[in-house]
Amino acid sequence: MSPYLTMNPFGFPILSTVIFLPLVGVFFILFLRDDNKIKMTAFVAGMLTLLVSLLLFFSFNPGTPLFQFGERLPWIPAYNIYYVLGVDGISIMLIVLTAMISPICVLCSWKAIEKRVKEFMICILLMEAAMIGVFCSLDFILFYVFWEAMLIPMYLLIAVWGGPQKDYASLKFFIYTLFGSVFLLVAIIALYLVNGTFSIPEAMFKGYSFQFQFWVFLAFAIAFAIKVPMFPFHTWLPAAHTEAPTAGSVFLASILLKMGTYGFIRFCLPIVPQASFYFAPFMIVLSVVAIIYGGFVCLSQTDMKKLIAYSSVAHMGFVTLGIFTFTMYGFIGAMLQMLNHGVTTGALFLMVGIIYERTHSRQIYDNAGLGKFLPAYVGFFGLFAVSSFAFPGTNNFVGELYVLISTFSTSKITGFFAVVGAVVAAAYMLRLLKQIVWGREDKRDLTDLNVREFIYLTPLAVFVLWVGLFPSPFVRIMENTLVHLFMQLDKLSH
Amino acid sequence: MVMESALPLLPIGIILVTSILIMVSAKRPNLREFWSVAGAVLTFISVMAMVPAIWQGNRIIYTLSTIAPGISLNFRVDALSLIFGIISSFLWIFASFYNIGYMRSLNEHAQTRYYTCFAIAILGAQGVSYSGGLFSLYLFYEIITLFTYPLVAHHQDEEGYAGGKKYLVYLMGTAKGLLLPAVILTYVMTGTLDFADNIRTGVFPAAADHLWITVTYVLFIAGFAKAAIMPFHNWLPSAMVAPTPVSALLHAVAVVKAGVFCISRVMLSTFGTNILQDLGIGLVTAYFVSFTILAASIIALTKDDLKARLAYSTVSQLSYIILGVALLDNTGVLGGIIHIVNHGFSKIALFFCAGAIYVAHRKKNISDMAGIGYAMPFTMGAFALASLSMIGVPPVAGFVTKWYLLNGALEIKNIPILIVLMASTLLNAGYFVPITIRAFFEGKKERWSRKDIREAPLTMVVPLVLASLVSLVIGIFPDFFIGLIGKLF
Repeated sequence: MSPYLTMNPFGFPILSTVIFLPLVGVFFILFLRDDNKIKMTAFVAGMLTLLVSLLLFFSFNPGTPLFQFGERLPWIPAYNIYYVLGVDGISIMLIVLTAMISPICVLCSWKAIEKRVKEFMICILLMEAAMIGVFCSLDFILFYVFWEAMLIPMYLLIAVWGGPQKDYASLKFFIYTLFGSVFLLVAIIALYLVNGTFSIPEAMFKGYSFQFQFWVFLAFAIAFAIKVPMFPFHTWLPAAHTEAPTAGSVFLASILLKMGTYGFIRFCLPIVPQASFYFAPFMIVLSVVAIIYGGFVCLSQTDMKKLIAYSSVAHMGFVTLGIFTFTMYGFIGAMLQMLNHGVTTGALFLMVGIIYERTHSRQIYDNAGLGKFLPAYVGFFGLFAVSSFAFPGTNNFVGELYVLISTFSTSKITGFFAVVGAVVAAAYMLRLLKQIVWGREDKRDLTDLNVREFIYLTPLAVFVLWVGLFPSPFVRIMENTLVHLFMQLDKLSH
Repeated sequence: MVMESALPLLPIGIILVTSILIMVSAKRPNLREFWSVAGAVLTFISVMAMVPAIWQGNRIIYTLSTIAPGISLNFRVDALSLIFGIISSFLWIFASFYNIGYMRSLNEHAQTRYYTCFAIAILGAQGVSYSGGLFSLYLFYEIITLFTYPLVAHHQDEEGYAGGKKYLVYLMGTAKGLLLPAVILTYVMTGTLDFADNIRTGVFPAAADHLWITVTYVLFIAGFAKAAIMPFHNWLPSAMVAPTPVSALLHAVAVVKAGVFCISRVMLSTFGTNILQDLGIGLVTAYFVSFTILAASIIALTKDDLKARLAYSTVSQLSYIILGVALLDNTGVLGGIIHIVNHGFSKIALFFCAGAIYVAHRKKNISDMAGIGYAMPFTMGAFALASLSMIGVPPVAGFVTKWYLLNGALEIKNIPILIVLMASTLLNAGYFVPITIRAFFEGKKERWSRKDIREAPLTMVVPLVLASLVSLVIGIFPDFFIGLIGKLF
């Protein structure tokens, strides 16, 4: 084993199991014809993956910053390419989040997807495998393979099962992200040429020349900024979100956007630290612009999905703001916000999907005035909406508090600008909420949440309040890894 | 002595359960209202259970969860907490009875939502009282804002939405835009959001930058817009579109008192009197709120709508509390804090009267109330008594406040504050006395035929008479509250 990896305490390769369990599901689905059986199989595969990921979560040792549950097999030895997997405090929560969201995506598509169910479920499971793979990979080539593998099922989800403008949206999504990936590949090759290895941990904190770091950072930053998406690379997002089926939007919001910020924390900071410091003010400005701009654009939306999509731009601005303020509070806040945004925004997209199944419209006006007729729906919607604008007692407040503490402690002016964004967030979310609950007087003939919908919304609601009121278990899991990262960066900044 | 106990969670838990029971009893109005009353009584008992410990000079603390180093979801009960906690829970009992009469007489819609939100607003007020640090304080403060919005916009008509919108813009806007940065700046400067142990020292280290301390202080004062200090007062008159019990309990007691309570708490337990004295911002605050005291009284003079006049009276009276605390000496602080109690009882009685007049006679404007004392002698008698308290006539409760405030101003030898207090007393008399005179001495008794002589339902009249009598009793026997506040020093 390498020095950065700790042994896998289980008798079987647990990380590979988490990654490939969904693919086992795909294998079974290939032989099935009946739609219900296909859905059931996909759900079971997702739940099994979730169980294994929970096993991973509970046996994770938060006391060490090293990568755990390590697996290492030679893959293409001639180029020093290995199949290396491992998780640390940064990736563990994202893996659990992915494993939690995937079965929810299966459930929320149960009735919504009527054509090509088989292919749809295969896409969902392929996505899940690729996303977990991205978070586990410790080899650049392996990482890149998973990274690109996500693109195809996501493209299909939008292009096949999407809304009226699916062609435009899916193509835009594909071109944007592929464009970014090319830069990622360039950075990876540049690092290989210098290091002679594709190992990610071995590329960290090597003291490359500033010139080299400068260009590698730029290449990374373009790839990740598109994925986040940071202003001004965000234009693919509203299109993709609006046209994607509910499950696609949830995947996009909950996991795919996190790939970008994960990339910043995992690659930019430790591999090209000096360049990260150098570009930090620039990144902070872009983040604050995203927070304020995203918020104001939300104020003028009439389409629920578009509104939530633009709110993602603002929320992700808080994440990148946290990362580039370079404090412990900022790192923890960014990590928490990644999880929180995943859960809350994912949940909001689910809420839109639920009401779309009933009214066949995403327009706020068409879905207004539900308070009297759908009390349970409105209850969940209210919780996720207030969570989205960081109401105290909900998950986003804790994350935002960490990020703002970090921002105010480094620059008070930036802090006040970010606060403007927080105020605007309350304005657009409360406006939406008021419309949904009270916006219309006429009688509506709609049915409230069914059992299936209750089942998949409840864990998300529990998470919202759990992190909002008792965040310490989540902080503890990631703390040591982030402290380790912070200490190494701190040494360099003096 | 510091006691660790989960007692402060009890009232909060009781209200939470109450609100759930109210929700599930939507189909059975009698049961639903029973839960509301029972919840209020139990809450009050659970609050009183904490009195002995505090009376003996102890402090109760409890930490529920840690958010970050120095930030936790924690509770702490001291004399200041109990003052507000007792008032908001005790008056909730009155309001619960009054609610039944009011809501049923007017056949209001969405009553389950109404009772649920009412209960959760009280939960917020209780939580604010027992907060052990700014994190908990902010949490409960925002819960009050969110759950009182459906009460303000209750009628769901254009006026209701307009009032509600203003309410949210002012309260949510200031809380996010000013209060949140104030909380964060405090943390950045001090490394903690917990409150200090005594009211002198505060949490700011001596080395902290004075400019930023002042900025933080200003953000706090402006951020707690629930205290309705001008120019952040405008939401309160607009919120009067709400049903009257809401105006009574929430906009005379729970919501606005949460605002002044928070300001007092932050002045005493986050900044501490020493630093406010050193920076000289205590007195500046006193002068600043003096403007509100006088200006709001003058505006009240011009209002013919009874609820609007009461609302501006509230704006003015709330600033007494801050004025008292801002004097920073024990007598002034005592005078300010005891006004939370005195104003609470008297003002709720006045609002209850306004609601009773509306329910019994559908009258809102003072100009239409000539001779109404003949028709509803109990209501208007209670009104007269409570308005004497507002003016500060002995032996009604308001006098106790004025006495301590005047003494406090004399102790620090501040003539302008004395003048403000005296001028505002005259103004108070100017807008309250004419109402009583009109009710009892104008208009002919003969004008009221027999069938016009009617009071509101008993569930409304009894609470309002009791509330005004209590303000007489605590005016004659103020020792309990004075003794309790004395534990702060």
